[in-house]
Amino acid sequence: MSENAAPTVHADKVPLGEHARKSERRESRVAGWLSSALSRGTAMPAIASLVVIAVFFQSQSPYFLSPDNLTNLAVQASLVATIALGEVVVLLLAEIDLSLGSVSGATAAILGVLMASGNMPWFIAVPIMLACGAAMGAFQGWWIAWLGIPSFVVTLAGMLGFLGLQLWILGPQGTLSIFDPNIGALTGSTLPAEAGWIVAAIVAVAVVAAALVRGARGRLTMKSFGLPVVLAALVIAGVAVFNASRGVPTAFLFLLALLVLGWWVTQHTRPGRHLFAVGGNPEAARRAGVPVRRIRFAAFTISGTLAAVGGLLAASYNASAGTLTGGGTLLLEAIGAAVIGGTSLFGGRGSVWSALFGALIMGGVANGLDLTNAEQPVKYMVQGAIVLLAVSLDTILRRRQSRGRQIGGVHV
Amino acid sequence: MLNEGTGRRLRRRRPVPPPPGDPLGGGEALRVVAVTKWFGSVQALDQVSMAVNHGEVVALVGDNGAGKSTLVNVIAGVTAPDAGEFYVHGEQVAIRSTDDAATFGIRTVHQEQTLADNLDVVENLFLGRELCRGVGPLERVDFAAMRQRAQAMLSGLGITTIADIGSPVAQLSGGQRQTVAVGRATLENYPIVLLDEPTSGLGVAECQRVMELVLRLRAQGAATVIVSQNIDEIFEVADRIVVLHLGKVGAVFRRADTTPEEVVGAVMGMAS
Ligand SMILES: Nc1ncnc2c1ncn2[C@@H]1O[C@H](COP(=O)(O)OP(=O)(O)OP(=O)(O)O)[C@@H](O)[C@H]1O
Ligand SMILES: [Mg+2]
Repeated sequence: MSENAAPTVHADKVPLGEHARKSERRESRVAGWLSSALSRGTAMPAIASLVVIAVFFQSQSPYFLSPDNLTNLAVQASLVATIALGEVVVLLLAEIDLSLGSVSGATAAILGVLMASGNMPWFIAVPIMLACGAAMGAFQGWWIAWLGIPSFVVTLAGMLGFLGLQLWILGPQGTLSIFDPNIGALTGSTLPAEAGWIVAAIVAVAVVAAALVRGARGRLTMKSFGLPVVLAALVIAGVAVFNASRGVPTAFLFLLALLVLGWWVTQHTRPGRHLFAVGGNPEAARRAGVPVRRIRFAAFTISGTLAAVGGLLAASYNASAGTLTGGGTLLLEAIGAAVIGGTSLFGGRGSVWSALFGALIMGGVANGLDLTNAEQPVKYMVQGAIVLLAVSLDTILRRRQSRGRQIGGVHV
Repeated sequence: MLNEGTGRRLRRRRPVPPPPGDPLGGGEALRVVAVTKWFGSVQALDQVSMAVNHGEVVALVGDNGAGKSTLVNVIAGVTAPDAGEFYVHGEQVAIRSTDDAATFGIRTVHQEQTLADNLDVVENLFLGRELCRGVGPLERVDFAAMRQRAQAMLSGLGITTIADIGSPVAQLSGGQRQTVAVGRATLENYPIVLLDEPTSGLGVAECQRVMELVLRLRAQGAATVIVSQNIDEIFEVADRIVVLHLGKVGAVFRRADTTPEEVVGAVMGMAS
């Protein structure tokens, strides 16, 4: 990342002038609220954007918030959100992974070969495919973590290399059909209404009970109790909406399970916390005994694995693996989603939920523009504007927070 | 990071030496022999040898660029030396990483690059040594316990200047940040503690707290190396004073047998 760009350093290091002080005061109200919200990793700005998008497009097309459309949106967003989750993991380290689209395409091709040509059952082919994604990520992670090559370069090479692999695997035909009903069910099926309600009940009860147990230990505040209640209400409302259409999409449930797992790992385990420490200041982390190389290596292995999961979702959705699988704007949408959701490009700040919220924003806007019959060029331009806005916000926040000190990004 | 200078293959890991229980035990805790380090064409350390005993405070002094931080970093496993031998409790060891240093019971407070700005005070205090609970895949960081310990530790140190230990350290002042960095040295009873300019940027009261901390470490029997530019401070806590000059050991004094003038002279490179 352009961490050492001279103008930035200059602006950061000379915050004492009258001019700087004045402009800081001017932007402090709004940005102060935003930065305190974002630095704690809350998703408030992303959620606020979602509300704005919902209100706007609903006013343009009454179909936008219909259960049917929301169900479709949830399925479509699952693919981008999965790739964005992988991107979040490496962004937290102040790294980037440009290969995720190609990895998902190549692994989808591998799945196609194993199942279409090799007649392998899905429960053997899918683990192999995921392992291949992990291996591709690990391979890149090795160059980045042990040789110290910038991730931008390594994954750019990976993007090209794995695209080549994908095309080579697919051969002249270009497309492999995957007719397996189990694979198709991942994105094609929904939970029966009763099952949806049971899941909702279990989640709601568990979330509230956990909050109560904590409260019994004397830490029950409005803040700590309010969030679980809102969450439980959201889950129930979500299931109600989905059940008004076809039911809870399996793919969306699968995505939520991935996100909960990712949340647990990043927020509550040592390696997860080390991810943030390395993203914040790699040299300080190294000096404190954090295994920086292993963390970097693991992060890219995880992002590769998640790209393979994305490839699986894509193969399921299209019932095939083709030369376009994982291509197009998928990678850019995923990076955009992660950043829009509130994960910083500069490392050390963000959360796995930004993958979900960002994907819903990107997908919601695309979907809404479709409904209002906007042309593809307009769609791209609007999406571009949103990404630019999100990155600007991220950069401004970072400058405010760093107050002349360098946050993160120092490559060891 | 290979410790080429040791010339021998050494076992990578040893158990942590038992924490010193007996303050009067004395005994050598750490010895470095003929440590040499080049940065390109600059020789930061030239055949530096020194030792520190349990229950002893050794002050490392010298001009800017004399090599003090380099020596500390080499012992802490942050910088790989070009040559040199290391002995912990008389046994030769290879320090190839910060992890190795921690295994040998060496705890370091560095001069710079100490904190991750995006993490809060508690997480920074425990960085790399997080308290966990649960087993297997359910093992998780115990934030509540860390918070409690951090609070107890800061009040034990007499630190009252950090209002909210849950705020990111980016929001702290320079001195408050330094307090957090120094606080790390007191998380456990470390047998060997290296402090690289621990009082830089600290207020008068906080400096005094750090001096009290150093004296407490000595009373507990820890072997302490403290780098400082402040002569008064050094004469307050140090038992011995090692002067580095242009990467070489210029002189070694016992505090009882020397004067500040003599030490300052040696720092400036005058023959004493
Ligand atoms: N990473 C590095 N790369 C190149 N040269 C270095 C590096 N670190 C230190 N040096 C050089 O090694 C010499 C010793 O530096 P060191 O940081 O150990 O000094 P110091 O005694 O700690 O000084 P100070 O009192 O300013 O902290 C200096 O000449 C410095 O320029
Ligand atoms: Mg120094």
